[in-house]
Amino acid sequence: MKKWILRGLALIAVVAGLYFVTRHHGERTTMRSTGTREPSPAPDFSLSDLAGQNLQLLSYRGKVVLLDFWATWCDPCREEIPHLIELQNKYGEQGLQIIGVSMDDGPEPVRDFYQRFKMNYPVVMGNAKTGELYGGVLGLPIAFVIGRDGRIYSKHIGATNISVFEKEIVALLG
Amino acid sequence: MSLPIKFRQMLFVLIFGSVVIAVASLAFAYQASLIPASRLINPDELVKILQSAKSERPLMIQVGSHVLYMQAHIPGSEYIGPASSESGLQSLRKRVESLPRNKFIVLYCGCCPWSHCPNVKPADDALHAMGFNNVKVLYIANNFGADWVEKGYPVAKGD
Repeated sequence: MKKWILRGLALIAVVAGLYFVTRHHGERTTMRSTGTREPSPAPDFSLSDLAGQNLQLLSYRGKVVLLDFWATWCDPCREEIPHLIELQNKYGEQGLQIIGVSMDDGPEPVRDFYQRFKMNYPVVMGNAKTGELYGGVLGLPIAFVIGRDGRIYSKHIGATNISVFEKEIVALLG
Repeated sequence: MSLPIKFRQMLFVLIFGSVVIAVASLAFAYQASLIPASRLINPDELVKILQSAKSERPLMIQVGSHVLYMQAHIPGSEYIGPASSESGLQSLRKRVESLPRNKFIVLYCGCCPWSHCPNVKPADDALHAMGFNNVKVLYIANNFGADWVEKGYPVAKGD
């Protein structure tokens, strides 16, 4: 019987392996640090959050901001959310503020997602203009790490390992 | 009548394996990676077709997000809505229902890395189910920004 259980487990391992390879083929994680050049200021915006209140990026000056462009239909975006919630919990009191910019076409699925995932940071509804302000958000997710001085220290295109975000955030929190 | 132990064990593994494979297949169902290579077209190939006066110009349909379409899309392409939603699929079917089944159609999205795109496979499946036999899906490995805009291919903005 043991032998058959082992065979069953081997079959699961093969299927899981196939799943992983298929899911992650073509995925790209790119970090574009501003390097030695003076980091550029994060473009300011004022957008409605899910409760209809205006959120202005400038009002978070003095905090380290992780600006996350995402959408509910984007798999890698969704996979990052629980980790971002953890980061907000862990570093919120030290001055981290995560802000989600949803690129969904409407707020309904975002509200539903926000509640289901118990998100603990504000989410605003983005638009083409906001995307263009940030150099074009033509693929998701894209995240920007902004320092207390309101400057962009890094840009991450595609799914990003949460430890990469954490390392940068800790460095900027000081 | 009791079955021999060995047979029961084999049956157990077969049923268990089938369940695992069925569940995994459901998870893969919408994946762009499952679209056969013969139905894909690369960005450079499409650009050549668009630049050639002799080639038949395809009907190009963006089946992704409107916010992304507003920022950049292939000139002449039409926005139809995300094909991962039923309303997007309905709009797609409505748009093409009167067209000849051999119409050259190119579907594209570019919202996410290819293996994560939730839109192109349902769109491709829907057109094939309707009998369209000249459909190509634009292979965008990373996203529309990296694989089209940054390559310098033609881009239009707005609606």
